[in-house]
Amino acid sequence: MTEITIPPIDWRVATQLCIIFGWASVLLIIALFVPRSRIRVVGYLAIAGLVVAAGAGIPFWGGSAETFGGMLRLDTYSMMLNWLFLAAAAVVIAYSLNYLPKHGIEHGEYYVLVLFATAGMMLLAQGGDLIVLFLGLELLSLTLYVLTGFAYPRETSEESGMKYLLTGAFAGGFIVFGIALIYGATGSLNLAAIGDTLARAALAAEDRTYLYAGAALIVTGFGYKIAMAPFHMWAPDVYEGAPTPVAAFLSVGSKAAGFAALVRFLVEAMGSQWPVWAPALATLAIATLLLGNIGALIQNNVKRMLAYSSVGHAGYMLLGVLAAGAPGGMAGQRGVEAVLLYLLAYMLTNLGAFGVLIALEQRGELTWDINQFAGLWARRPLLASAMAICLLSLAGVPPTAGFWGKFYVFTAAWQAGFGWLTIIGILTAAIAAFYYVRIVVQMFTAEPSRETPAETDPALRAGLVIAIAGILVLGFMPAPAIDLVQRSVLATVGGQ
Amino acid sequence: MLANYAFVGVFFVAAVIFPLIPIVAAYFLGPKRPTPTKLDTYECGLEAVGDIRVQFKVQYYLYALAFVIFDIEVVFLYPWAVAYGELGLFALIAMAVFLFSLVEALVYAWKKGALEWV
Repeated sequence: MTEITIPPIDWRVATQLCIIFGWASVLLIIALFVPRSRIRVVGYLAIAGLVVAAGAGIPFWGGSAETFGGMLRLDTYSMMLNWLFLAAAAVVIAYSLNYLPKHGIEHGEYYVLVLFATAGMMLLAQGGDLIVLFLGLELLSLTLYVLTGFAYPRETSEESGMKYLLTGAFAGGFIVFGIALIYGATGSLNLAAIGDTLARAALAAEDRTYLYAGAALIVTGFGYKIAMAPFHMWAPDVYEGAPTPVAAFLSVGSKAAGFAALVRFLVEAMGSQWPVWAPALATLAIATLLLGNIGALIQNNVKRMLAYSSVGHAGYMLLGVLAAGAPGGMAGQRGVEAVLLYLLAYMLTNLGAFGVLIALEQRGELTWDINQFAGLWARRPLLASAMAICLLSLAGVPPTAGFWGKFYVFTAAWQAGFGWLTIIGILTAAIAAFYYVRIVVQMFTAEPSRETPAETDPALRAGLVIAIAGILVLGFMPAPAIDLVQRSVLATVGGQ
Repeated sequence: MLANYAFVGVFFVAAVIFPLIPIVAAYFLGPKRPTPTKLDTYECGLEAVGDIRVQFKVQYYLYALAFVIFDIEVVFLYPWAVAYGELGLFALIAMAVFLFSLVEALVYAWKKGALEWV
């Protein structure tokens, strides 16, 4: 019998993951014994766990390591993303602390599920192996299906949970089939090993067919996750029905995690095939930009509008992904940086915008019609200013975070030789400005159509302040953030 | 290489045609003298009663889910037990963590009342 040797494990790579997984498991049991009236404590404990995990990552910054036979990676790219996920989860939990009791859906499981979803996102950022990417995706998706339907027995929430489950499970099937085909073509599941195989020698014609079919299936699967056209149809319905903090989490966390995995897959494994996948992805990016922004144009429901706008933003990030694969070192690195900076700006901005929606949402259902924002400036000047800053940042108006995100993405795409694509991006950004400004105009000039009460609580205010401060700081002083993303490299990008 | 799979395709076509032959033949050759009883839904020879769209107790599903937990546990425990001699302490700890997470799921289900039959 052959000796089974277990390779040494570098626990530094999995520290943050272990903290979140372990704390989520412990919290699940703690939540069982916390009395109904004190469930809030579980939320505080969850935030504490997120803070500890974020702090635990600091000593490892700058390094690059892998473990479990290359299945888990820790490079500055994944560390940067991990921090984004942890911060987003903390803000979402802060938003939820008062939202849940107000809507009568306060259960300890909510916070535990958010932690598990965050662990899934971190797996997607750190996975160096197709199986780990699939595992992370499933962990993220399964928890989000439950969170989306969390406002039981509200029918729209159940409906959106069911829709999300059906499309998500379908997308999962695509990814598994894609993984199987790629394994068949290259004989490996490890991203770096696949990249090596493809870079060294040309595959046989038959294997190449399997490889491209598999890659297309995987991109389709992640396309669902990041709401890339034409796989975006679930997004407006799900965002509309989901509890608003969950919609915020979906729009930032799950999209960022999808991009994290997509960039790693396309750059590390498929980097040498860039001339093949770039035209296909460019077509999808154009479709995403047009469908997302034109779809948002005709929405009167603000939540649906934000959903379509998030589809449009996926299009801008796809420009960064396209540049990330470009050969020649510098252009590719600029692309990765552009995706990260855009994600950072988009995350702050969308969290802020959804925070204002949560403040406006009372126990009774809101129809989210645009005229409910009418005259908000007269009634709640601070909330109106916060919303205006977020919308201008989404539109990419300087000096906000969104401007630098778009600027960096367009520069990266231009440098990678996607001139015409950049022009389409700028044109759609101009279309997008119209529907964002429409809400701003409603808030500042229109007469209030009816009194929509708006309440804020300390936790919600804290989350909003973090988001708005982030947008403005990044807008006025982009240098530290740009410096941070320039140090965030995929471990293999430098080595190629 | 693809030619190797040709017989699968042939098998597939044959598998579709073969059961179709008696059905089609019966349609043309057999005498047709329908009675209400003959046209009724076949339910193991008994008379069909009621609607098929009935609600089942949700406990059945919870029970099935709890069963799956232990099903998976056994699937992992057997190969582990066979190879345990070579794996050493690390495998013991890994399996302990795995079992702990399963026990946690059971504790959670128990405390939430999933095991009560109401």
